[in-house]
Amino acid sequence: MPDLPWRFILILSANGLLVGSMYALVALGFVLIYKATDAINFAQGEFVMFAGFLAAGASNLAGFPWWISALLALLGMVVFAFGLERVVLRPLLGRPVIAVVMATLGLGFVLRGTATLAFGGGTQTIPLPVGDEPFLLGPLILPPIELVGAAVSLGFLAAFGWFFLKSRIGVAMRAVASNQQVAMAMGINVRRYFALAWALAGVVSALGGVLWGAMLGVDNQLALVGLKVFPVMILGGLDSILGAVVGGLIVGVVESLSAGFLDPLVGGGTKDFIPYLLMIAVLMVRPEGIFGRRRIERV
Amino acid sequence: MFHSETGVFKTSYAADMALFPLPVARWAIAGLAALFVGVVPLMFTPYLMTLLNLVLIAVVGAIGLGILTGYTGQISIGHGGFMSVGAYTAANLIVRLGLPFWLAIPAGGLMAALIGIVVGIPSLRIKGIYLAVATLASQFIIEWTINHVTWISGGIEASIQVPPPSVFGWKLQSPVQLYFFLLFFAVLAIVATLNLMRSRIGRAFIAIRDQDIAAEIIGIDIFRYKLYAFAISSFYAGVTGVLYTYYLGIANYEQFGIDVSINYLAMIIIGGLGSVLGAVLGAAFITILPEATRLFLTDFGGALFSPDTIRRLVPNLTLILFGGLIIFFLIVEPEGLNRLWRNIRNYFRFWPFSY
Repeated sequence: MPDLPWRFILILSANGLLVGSMYALVALGFVLIYKATDAINFAQGEFVMFAGFLAAGASNLAGFPWWISALLALLGMVVFAFGLERVVLRPLLGRPVIAVVMATLGLGFVLRGTATLAFGGGTQTIPLPVGDEPFLLGPLILPPIELVGAAVSLGFLAAFGWFFLKSRIGVAMRAVASNQQVAMAMGINVRRYFALAWALAGVVSALGGVLWGAMLGVDNQLALVGLKVFPVMILGGLDSILGAVVGGLIVGVVESLSAGFLDPLVGGGTKDFIPYLLMIAVLMVRPEGIFGRRRIERV
Repeated sequence: MFHSETGVFKTSYAADMALFPLPVARWAIAGLAALFVGVVPLMFTPYLMTLLNLVLIAVVGAIGLGILTGYTGQISIGHGGFMSVGAYTAANLIVRLGLPFWLAIPAGGLMAALIGIVVGIPSLRIKGIYLAVATLASQFIIEWTINHVTWISGGIEASIQVPPPSVFGWKLQSPVQLYFFLLFFAVLAIVATLNLMRSRIGRAFIAIRDQDIAAEIIGIDIFRYKLYAFAISSFYAGVTGVLYTYYLGIANYEQFGIDVSINYLAMIIIGGLGSVLGAVLGAAFITILPEATRLFLTDFGGALFSPDTIRRLVPNLTLILFGGLIIFFLIVEPEGLNRLWRNIRNYFRFWPFSY
């Protein structure tokens, strides 16, 4: 057996873990909505893009400092998500899966068109106060923006974990997710928690938008982050927050390793499709994912 | 004879399933045939013919996706991938072996059907959202494979030039010639699907869509029929890919990206799920929408905006309109354009003595 280039593997894995935790943050948006409302948001990538545009617009066009811009993006996304739930998603309650899938896909188009109309087609930057000097840790070379992104993502994932386990609102949301009728009987206003789930997804997208926007630059392409998140969710389980984290980390590492080792062999682009191969394998073997709940169907 | 009915008096299933339920339908079909064969090619400008050709291609693909998503209830966000499979299969056969169109088109369709069956295999265990994501994955995997395997994609820029189809030694090149070529396949797709849906297979598809567990209990082999649905639907998609390749004169995977898959879904949603007429109407609607937006803005937008603004406005406004219409139809008229048409028809069916 030939000597494996351990140093190379280590560097790739570390980078993969950092990026993966940011995937996990975006995937959290999906999971929140799926868990609470059984709807899947195919426009999550566009949410992230739109939030990025809001933050970039606030700092570049209006000249706000970065933290006010980020707050504005957060606020904007929460208001937007509330309105969206009210206008689009609520009338679609109880309709077949394809209705919600198509509605969110359509929403993605609307967001893409609106963002480009409002903010222009060029790439914008979000000036986070993060240096460019790479961070050296033993043999590892880590870009600071990825470190900050990973730290913020993991911090918020932990905060959401606590929120769901301990806080009153979180417990109520879990009750709604587990059984809507019983939750109603317990005096929980289910509709309000649906709206809240969307608002929380808005918060998560705003964070994702600022972080990803600062890393990649803000333009239409930012929405492609959303496509990366499907393998993450399926891997971890559609309705598990822990699953989103673990799935995110796995996809990040797999993607980074395949880009490092397979790309030179086959001529690039494996990053975009190896996670999907992994996802298909999971779907065939264990469709509910690593931490997902198995659903039992009755006629 | 034209005459008005006074009520619904069907006494047999055969009458209920008939392709022409009303006597007037035969006249309507004859009229439409005369219009599309005789009047349209004479009246339309080359530009309009080109647009109509695109509609005809989309009709085949939308009907195909309708069989899978509308009739069988299995979502596919990967039909663009199946189209590119058909396109590249046919393009390779045409260029390397010199196959004529009447062999290349079925060959493309069959290859796409084969890939469709492979993609459909997970549908035994997963459905709904999981299946949607799995088909999305197939789209990316097919795209990547075609782009990176030069044996399929023909090397540079992953595109293969294709000579125009020739019928009895005639090369079909002008929009009008291509129009008749495409019209033949669109009509074939419509008639074949209408009959398929009246058959045992079609009824099994509908049973699976309405309640898959109940369908299994009454003796339908769900897995087999789901695979049939995937195969037939991707066959149509493959044919669509070949037709589009003939139309463009080049096979290129970028023409069959994820946005194409979503476009076709939008067609059957806006047209109305589970109806052939809906797929036709939706295909026409979605194909014409961007052009109509562009023409409307360039003709009437000049009073409000500068030409520069309009150029920026058109693609984005098209996106917004497109997404907005999908959402609008889903909320306001889930059964789509087909329902609107049925409302109109039913109003006039017993007119003026409706009850």
